[in-house]
Amino acid sequence: MSEGKTQIDKRNKALSVSPLKSSSTIGAALAFLGFNRSIPMLHGSQGCTAFGKVFFVRHFREPIPLQTTAMDQVSSVMGSEDNVVEGLKAICEKSAPAMVGVPTTGLAETQGSDIHMAVGDFRKKYPQFGHIPVIAVSTPDYSGCTESGFAAAVNALIDVMVPLADVAATRPGLRKKQVTVLVGSFLTPGDLEVLKEMIESFGLRPVLVPDLSDSLDGHLTDSDFSPLTIGGTAVSEISELGNSLATIVVGASMYKAADLLAQRTAVPDWRFEHLMGLEAVDALVHALSEISGEPVPERLERGRAQLQDAMLDTHFMLGMTRVAIAADPDLLYGFSHLLTDMGAKTVAAVAPANAPILKSVAAEKVKLGDLEDLEKLAVEYDAELLISNSHAAELSRRMSIPLLRVGFPQYDLLGGFQRVWIGYQGTKQTLFDLANILLDLERGEIHPYHSVLSQKRSSTPSSIQTPELHHVSETSPEHRGQQH
Amino acid sequence: MKAKDIAELLDEPACAHNKKSKSGCAKPKPGATAGGCAFDGAQIALLPIADVAHIVHGSIACAGSSWDNRGTRSSGETLYRIGMTTDLTEQDVIMGRGEKRLFHSIKQAVEDHNPQAVFVYNTCVPALVGDDVGAVCKAAEERWGVPVVPVDAAGFYGTKNLGNRIAGEAMVRYVIGNREPDPIPENAVLPGVKIHDVNLIGEYNIAGELWHIMPLLDELGIRVLCTLSGDARFREVQTMHRAEVNMMVCSKAMINVARKLKDSFGTRWFEGSFYGVSDVSQALREFARLIEDDDLTARTEALIAREEKRIDEALELWREKLRGKRVLLYTGGVKSWSVISALQDLGMHVVATGTKKSTEEDKARIRELMGDDVQMIEDGNPRSLLNLVRDQKVDVLIAGGRNMYTALKARIPFLDINQERDFGYAGYTGMIELARQLALTLQSPVWEAVRKPAPWAGKHSASARIESVAEDISADNMHSAETVASEAHTAELSV
Repeated sequence: MSEGKTQIDKRNKALSVSPLKSSSTIGAALAFLGFNRSIPMLHGSQGCTAFGKVFFVRHFREPIPLQTTAMDQVSSVMGSEDNVVEGLKAICEKSAPAMVGVPTTGLAETQGSDIHMAVGDFRKKYPQFGHIPVIAVSTPDYSGCTESGFAAAVNALIDVMVPLADVAATRPGLRKKQVTVLVGSFLTPGDLEVLKEMIESFGLRPVLVPDLSDSLDGHLTDSDFSPLTIGGTAVSEISELGNSLATIVVGASMYKAADLLAQRTAVPDWRFEHLMGLEAVDALVHALSEISGEPVPERLERGRAQLQDAMLDTHFMLGMTRVAIAADPDLLYGFSHLLTDMGAKTVAAVAPANAPILKSVAAEKVKLGDLEDLEKLAVEYDAELLISNSHAAELSRRMSIPLLRVGFPQYDLLGGFQRVWIGYQGTKQTLFDLANILLDLERGEIHPYHSVLSQKRSSTPSSIQTPELHHVSETSPEHRGQQH
Repeated sequence: MKAKDIAELLDEPACAHNKKSKSGCAKPKPGATAGGCAFDGAQIALLPIADVAHIVHGSIACAGSSWDNRGTRSSGETLYRIGMTTDLTEQDVIMGRGEKRLFHSIKQAVEDHNPQAVFVYNTCVPALVGDDVGAVCKAAEERWGVPVVPVDAAGFYGTKNLGNRIAGEAMVRYVIGNREPDPIPENAVLPGVKIHDVNLIGEYNIAGELWHIMPLLDELGIRVLCTLSGDARFREVQTMHRAEVNMMVCSKAMINVARKLKDSFGTRWFEGSFYGVSDVSQALREFARLIEDDDLTARTEALIAREEKRIDEALELWREKLRGKRVLLYTGGVKSWSVISALQDLGMHVVATGTKKSTEEDKARIRELMGDDVQMIEDGNPRSLLNLVRDQKVDVLIAGGRNMYTALKARIPFLDINQERDFGYAGYTGMIELARQLALTLQSPVWEAVRKPAPWAGKHSASARIESVAEDISADNMHSAETVASEAHTAELSV
């Protein structure tokens, strides 16, 4: 990733209106939900967990295992390490999880809680649970966003559970077919499923870190209830990541975790900012072919050709389209480039928190802000299409600009949580959907002209027409081009 | 908020829980706690006041994951649906800039949205840092000339229930009593009918269900000065002290408001419910009884007779579909009994009900409705609920949204009864929707489909065939098992 030149406009108002941001705390929780028989326990007041739970339940339409250290008035003032110790004990005793993640909240961090010391205390006091990994991660919600919290959790997980190659005698390629895949929070369960299939089609065995496509893909199981995750990467796989043939990293937010993994294991990695659009997917497919030494399967070649065809079909609608996007940094980056690749333009870009990748977003500038900022920018730059989460539905209605729902949360769109955006097929469907939305706008429509001298009798409502019908439609792209 | 103030709020003489050690406000247990915090409760209680700018003062988690996620509806103003938060940054916390940011945030909200008032919800981080939210609100009110109400509701103060009370307390202290009610509009005066003023406390207009009730009250000449807080406006809250009667609707959460209005203004109050035919009628009768207007009483009885007849006929069709179905009801507090009567009106059989948040009084009412052998569920963890469903052969689970996906994962028909739902069940008319939604899930063909194993599951088909054929044969006692197996195998291949 080369350093870009996109201008970053910092927040310049006191009040955040229609927030775009969700907390880094729940981002970390989400990462832990991608491991089998796991449970995150947020270190904070019980509301932090209750809100996070409702947030994910509404998005995924799934039960979400999530616990709390339930800080109350006494522990908020006197110290809350005991809450962590007792909370861990309660969970380990009751549910025997394979792993517990402990993301901190703003409350715990402001109080000055030492989370690592608390985990140490737990180890000393309850050695009988020594076999259960506990991953503590500092994710106060006054810093970062969902994406950064998710990445921090994966980083902490690697730090705790992946041993140095020398110490553990792991060796890159010892497991000849195994490929580690570090994936960012912007990939949906549907995306991850497709990604796994692509990797498997080269005869490789992907180990996703984390794997939400196995835990939160929305599937029925034989058992009627579980207090823990019902799928995800097996925790036992993590210590074996050093034996992988290669590491694939998707999302710039994961690069820091990738650095740590490489440093521990010396497994070579291949990095991708996103996997939408011909060029991005080509890069992955090419890399997979290199890693595996296998030729590109016929099915992928065909998918690629289909995407190329769809690009031709849809470029008429997408070309010169003016788009406003509000999303976490990686997702924003990905969409801005997909649109640029199709001849569309990101005229307004809003991210909830800063990240290095924002400097490379394909837009003149990125605003760090909220959906109110998106609305103002969309008006200022005459956007024709919005790309954001379900919260933007209200402004989409208000502004009469269509919305494509992406990211978190999507509570008013069934199936939104698992929609496939990546790969040749996912991109193809995205292009079709975008084109269909734009077709509905009837852009460039020329309104009927009724001549006052006409002999047509039935079609004219009255003999004299209002003058505005003589003007070019306000929404025509030509008109727009002159304005800006 | 000081520990003393919290203790005072927890000590609610009008609440039956007050006497027991196991109060609704018990200390949460780390690693084994469900449910919202005080901020959650305060926000839920007041957010439906539609023309107020609701500012959440804190870091992003409080507002970021919770704004605009309630089913509460407004008949006009929509300002309440816009999420506003000071979204404190690390720098704000370290440098102690929270108060300043809050002050400017109030200015921004006032200038951009022209609200009737601003409510400021204090949350954990600024409460711990020690932001003086009360002082900032006072200064902002003086400066910008709009009422600014502090709602000091940090999550760590306690549970959702405490938050409800904090919200009620803020209204009593800062808002109620600040304005006299409007005169009755002339065109609304019914000849010969005296208009009486009441409040509905703890009614949130979920999915607009209040609008099933309002036409009935209008017809009776009962003016709702204010609903706290469904479809409410700030100017309505200000006049709540002038009601003749307060109704606590389906919740003890803001019981402190009713008690304080009784103490200060002598307003009589009763607890009632708008769920179920008999409860709606009962609530209307209570209004008439406490208002002590004979004419109102007569008109109320006439309305009840008419409506009960109408709804009874309309429900008959649904009763055929629902009669005898077994229900497990798991919901908090007053709803533990109020919904029972609604279900009984539909001919359904409630086998057990949750009583975690119910008072002794609630439980007495449950016994009254269901008899002494009713099963009361204190601990409603998902595992024990599912066991009950199996043991009691329950046909449908009725509970809050948080249990919805637990039920669906276990392939059990489900109805959402709490705030997040999309349908209104209150009033006589709401009963039809309730019946429809119940029948919709109970009669759905999907249950059979999702419970059925895949055709290839279980025994391998060839060996299953062999066994079944073997059984036939051994009954006939003609061939040896080996021959049968080979025959069966041949048969399998030829299919």
